[in-house]
This record gives sequence, C-alpha cells and structure tokens, in this order.
Amino acid sequence: MSPKTLYDKIWDAHVAHESEDGTCLLYIDRHLVHEVTSPQAFEGLRMAGRKVHSPEKTIAVPDHNVPTTAGREDPAQMTEESRIQVEALDKNAKEFGVHYYPVSDIRQGIVHIVGPEQGWTLPGMTVVCGDSHTATHGAFGALAHGIGTSEVEHVLATQTLIQKKSKNMKVEITGKLKPGVTAKDITLAVIGETGTAGGTGYVIEYCGEAIRDLSMEGRMTVCNMAIEGGARAGLIAPDETTFEYVKGRPHAPKGAQWEAALNWWKTLYTDEGAHFDKVVTLKGEDIQPVVTWGTSPEDVLPITATVPSPEDFTGGKVEAARRALDYMGLTPGQKLTDIQIDTVFIGSCTNGRIEDLRAVAEVVKGKKIKDGMRAMIVPGSGLVRAQAEEEGLADIFKEAGFEWRLAGCSMCLAMNPDQLSEGERCAATSNRNFEGRQGYKGRTHLVSPAMAAAAAITGHLTDVRELM
Amino acid sequence: MEKFEKLHGIAAPMPLVNIDTDMIIPKIFLKTIKRSGLGVNLFDEMRYDREGNEIEDFVLNKPQYREAEILVAGDNFGCGSSREHAPWAIADFGIKCVISTSFADIFFNNCFKNGILPIVLPQEQVDLLMKDAEKGANARMTVDLEAQEITTSDGEVIPFNVDAFKKHCLLNGLDDIGLTMEKAGAIENYESKMSQERPWV
Ligand code: SF4
Repeated sequence: MSPKTLYDKIWDAHVAHESEDGTCLLYIDRHLVHEVTSPQAFEGLRMAGRKVHSPEKTIAVPDHNVPTTAGREDPAQMTEESRIQVEALDKNAKEFGVHYYPVSDIRQGIVHIVGPEQGWTLPGMTVVCGDSHTATHGAFGALAHGIGTSEVEHVLATQTLIQKKSKNMKVEITGKLKPGVTAKDITLAVIGETGTAGGTGYVIEYCGEAIRDLSMEGRMTVCNMAIEGGARAGLIAPDETTFEYVKGRPHAPKGAQWEAALNWWKTLYTDEGAHFDKVVTLKGEDIQPVVTWGTSPEDVLPITATVPSPEDFTGGKVEAARRALDYMGLTPGQKLTDIQIDTVFIGSCTNGRIEDLRAVAEVVKGKKIKDGMRAMIVPGSGLVRAQAEEEGLADIFKEAGFEWRLAGCSMCLAMNPDQLSEGERCAATSNRNFEGRQGYKGRTHLVSPAMAAAAAITGHLTDVRELM
Repeated sequence: MEKFEKLHGIAAPMPLVNIDTDMIIPKIFLKTIKRSGLGVNLFDEMRYDREGNEIEDFVLNKPQYREAEILVAGDNFGCGSSREHAPWAIADFGIKCVISTSFADIFFNNCFKNGILPIVLPQEQVDLLMKDAEKGANARMTVDLEAQEITTSDGEVIPFNVDAFKKHCLLNGLDDIGLTMEKAGAIENYESKMSQERPWV
C-alpha cells in the first residue's frame, strides 16, 4: 500500500460514499453547534419535516452572543436580537434532543474549548461546526472543518458532509522555541510566511520538534489559526501528550473501549515517504514574539521591527497595506514598541485556555496594569474559569487591575456588549484583526497571551522578554 | 434553490485584496435568525457612514453599479469566518457571480449553496475583466455556466473551470440534502460497519 498522510488516513476512514467524480459523503463523528450560525439550519429542518440524524453526536452551546459580565442570566443584559438567538438555540436543542450546555451550566464556554474539555473531540474523528475556528480540534489529530449554515443543516439531517479531498500541506517547525516565544507566535509566524491564502485548498499537518514539545493547549492555538492561513483544516498527529489529555474526560472512551481506541489512534501518523503537495519549514529558534500591525492576520512582524510602508509590498497588497495603515493610524518607520495601547483583551478560542491564563499570571504577578488601561480576561469556559480561581490566578489578575469575566467569545468578535469604540487600540489574544472586528473602527493587534499581558502593564506594545 | 440561468449583467470592480467576511457583512447583522433581507447591509461599513448615509465613491453606490449582478474582486475574496450571511447578503443584493484569482474555502462552498457562482481565473484574466468592469453600466458581461464561458463587453471569450457536480446542482437548482438522502443506504452501511470497528465514537 502506498504511504499515506495523516489526513489521507482520517479521510479514508470516513468516506461513506464516493461518486465517480470524486465527490464524497464524509461521515461526521461530532457536530458542534452554536447560536449564530444554526437558527436558519434548524428552521430548514423544521420546514422540511426532517429530524436530526444523530442527536447523540451533536453538541450545542451558546457562546458568541452571551454577555460575560456577572448576572448575565438576566435577559435584560442582552440586546433583543442576541436574546432571540440564544433562546432559539435553547429551544432547538430541546426540540431536537441534542446535547446542550446552557449559559447557566458551569461547562458552558466557547464551543471549541468545550468540545475538547468534555472529551467530545477525540483523535481520528471528523468534527464540524458552523464556525471557521473548528480547525482548533485538529490538535487532537481530528479532521475538523468549519462549515456554513447550509452545511450545518446538511450535517444535522444526514450526519455527512459533501466534500472533495483537499491537498496535503506540511508545516514543519524544527528545533526548540526561544524563551518568551509561544504557540501563538508559531501560528502567526507561519501565516506571516505563507499569507492568508497560502493554505487555500489544503489541509495542513503541523509537525516537527517545536510542535511535539507543545502541550495540547498550545497545539490547539496553532491549529486554531490554520483557517487564517487559508487552510480547510490543521492537524497534529496524536501522541502521548494527546492521550494523556483525553484520558478520563467525561465523554472519552473507558475500559476496554479505551484500549481499542488507543490501538487505532496509535496508527494515526503520516507514513514515511507520504506525499505532500506543499511543504513549509520554519526554524523554531528563528521565531520571535510577533504582533500584527495591519488588518489581515498575515500582517505579522517581530515585535522588534518597525511599521512597514506600502511600497514594501507588491501587487494588490500595496493598496491593501495603505488602507490598513490608514485604518490602524500608523506611520511607516514607527517602532512597533512605540504603539500605545488602550485596551487589552485576553481570551477567545485561540488563547482562552488555562495555560494561556497561567502565562498571563506569570507576567502580571505583583504588578499593576497601566493607569487608564481597560484590560479584561475572559476565560474560554466555565471550567477554565473555575480552575484559574482554584490556582489563585484570578486573584493575581484582579489585584493587577484586570476585569475577570465569565466565559464566552466576548470581544473576540464583539457581538456581545464588549466592543472597542472608534479609534480605540487593542492588544488581543484572539485571531482576527479585520476592520471592525472588535468594534466599529476599532484597532486590533494580535499577540500571544504573554505579550498581551506585557502591553497591559506598560501601556504600549512590548517585547515580553524584557519583562522576564 | 433558484436555478442559475445564463447571466448577462453589469459587473462591479472591487480590486481590493483579502476582502473578508466582516467587510461583506459586519457581525451586527449576524443576529438575524432568517436568511433573507441582508442585501441592504452588504459591505455595510464601506457603503454607509455612521449616520447611515451612502458613501458616494463606494462602487455599489455609484449610479452605474447599483444594479450589478457580477463582482470582479481582488485575491482571496471571502476570507475570514464561516458565516453564510456573507453569500446570503450578496445574493440578496442581486449579485449572482463573483470572479477572483482565489476565494477562501468555506465562502467558496457557501456560494454554491445559495445560487451564486464563484469563478477562479488567473491574474491576467481577472485584470482584463476588472478593466472591463471599470467601464461601467454599458459594458455588460455574459456568464454562461452551461458552456463555462465569460464573454466580455468587447466580445472576448474567457473559459472557466467549475466542479461538475456543483455545476449540475447550480444549473438545476438542486438541494444537497435531498440528493444526499437518496444515499441513505450507504450512510446506514457505514454506520453499522463503524459500530463494530470504532464503537467508542
Ligand atoms: S472566540 Fe472568537 S474566533 Fe473563537 S469561536 Fe468565538 S468568536 Fe469565533
């Protein structure tokens, strides 16, 4: 048999039907659902008189719209429209009998944090969600796609997705990371290298020593942003770190089933000599703490650099860079570390896990945030929040002057009340710096949790290595 | 879904690269639980000022492009989120075809589910069509899906590729779910096989 990539293996294990032209029905093992991209899909089922094919494989949780301030069970905290969406999810989850974590449940949180935390996401699975950051689950060696609402409806009705196979791309990060450099810096550096369209049409497998050395949290951060690199999905082969994380989770297999699962999972790696259509290699030791300066995640530079000029680019990017600099209120040649910050947002499915919060605590312990700074930490789930409180991190944050919030997407996309105002500049641990993403005319610089923490203390973009 | 008929219409030029889904439909409009009515908010932040007045020099506000049915756009169109609100808004505005050098994956798929034809062409041909679109309302392009050809206002013919299955669905206005349900037997077989092989799933 010819050697296969990890992607080939998972793909082959899930083809329920293949047409002559190569269009496949890919069987879906887990379907995650949230309130923003699902109402029209459930409505479609209802109108066609269809049921959810596998409610036991479908997990719903509200996250995008929910307020993250205390007392949020009070519907008055939400705008009318947000409330309608969350209530629609409540109702649809009940009516169609899918697993559900309502706002009042401590297990509620960002869908991509809840899935792995509860053991729904397992190696070798296919996972979909009506959300592009479904790529996160690839950290487990699961093939995880973001899908649109029509596809959500298709999966609800049939438990399959119509797909053609993508190409294979390998992203290898060799060697070790330097101190102060994190998974977030890896994933941003890769996008800086390949561009936001570099992965279009591919599924990326991340590998190499620096990836192997990451915890599951770090791996999730890397795969999370595969989509910003344009890829359909990101994958990391499962190993002991993965099995260790999964074991004992509420929905992970137990006993004899665990052994059987483990046997299969151990076969999930890319065979020697398997073909990749594209290969990108970065040296771990070359990666520095990075920030974004523009309005595309590919606008990445090491924190030690200066703001570029539109003339540094070619083609359509010249105009895009000019527009970005204008939008961001930056001048070419300005040192990135001279950029003053008004707000710090720590959270999201990219960096809202316990390890991220520990990294923040390490930087801010015993310090105070800059006067006038608005800084908030939004844990990715109720359980992350509880753990951070137990570990004493929450006290460190509060003493430093951070707002300590309840779980949700919050200012990552600012659909809830947390938004930037016009011209407000934010260092954020989330994944998108698009125009208006965090609020109308708001300005976003994407950074790692440690770098965000450093900016909160100093009031400007800062090389975290100077605070270490 | 509506059938994709041969299209003869105005093309609007949007040369900006990396037009993302937040630009196409800002998140404040995601709070709907319906599919329709998003057309007025297509490209909202580029199209209107804060008071809701039209920004004159935005392409779709110009008199010659208000009825555009085709969009010729810069590279990596539709990047960002999976929100199908983006193609819903585009379709609701009346745009039925988007042409670019590349599209973000999820957006590309979402288009076909909503009767929109996304066409990928090499840079030179997109440049040529961009120039044609810049001529304004009198320069109508023709997009013939059946023949897989675009004809410029000057009569130049540009062939394009499209996935055979997607073409078939678009031409006939077929609903994916119905088609898949015809294969229920294959899905059942797969499920019973898996309950043996991977029972933990
Ligand atoms: S945290 Fe942000 S990127 Fe992640 S699912 Fe929520 S809104 Fe999307």
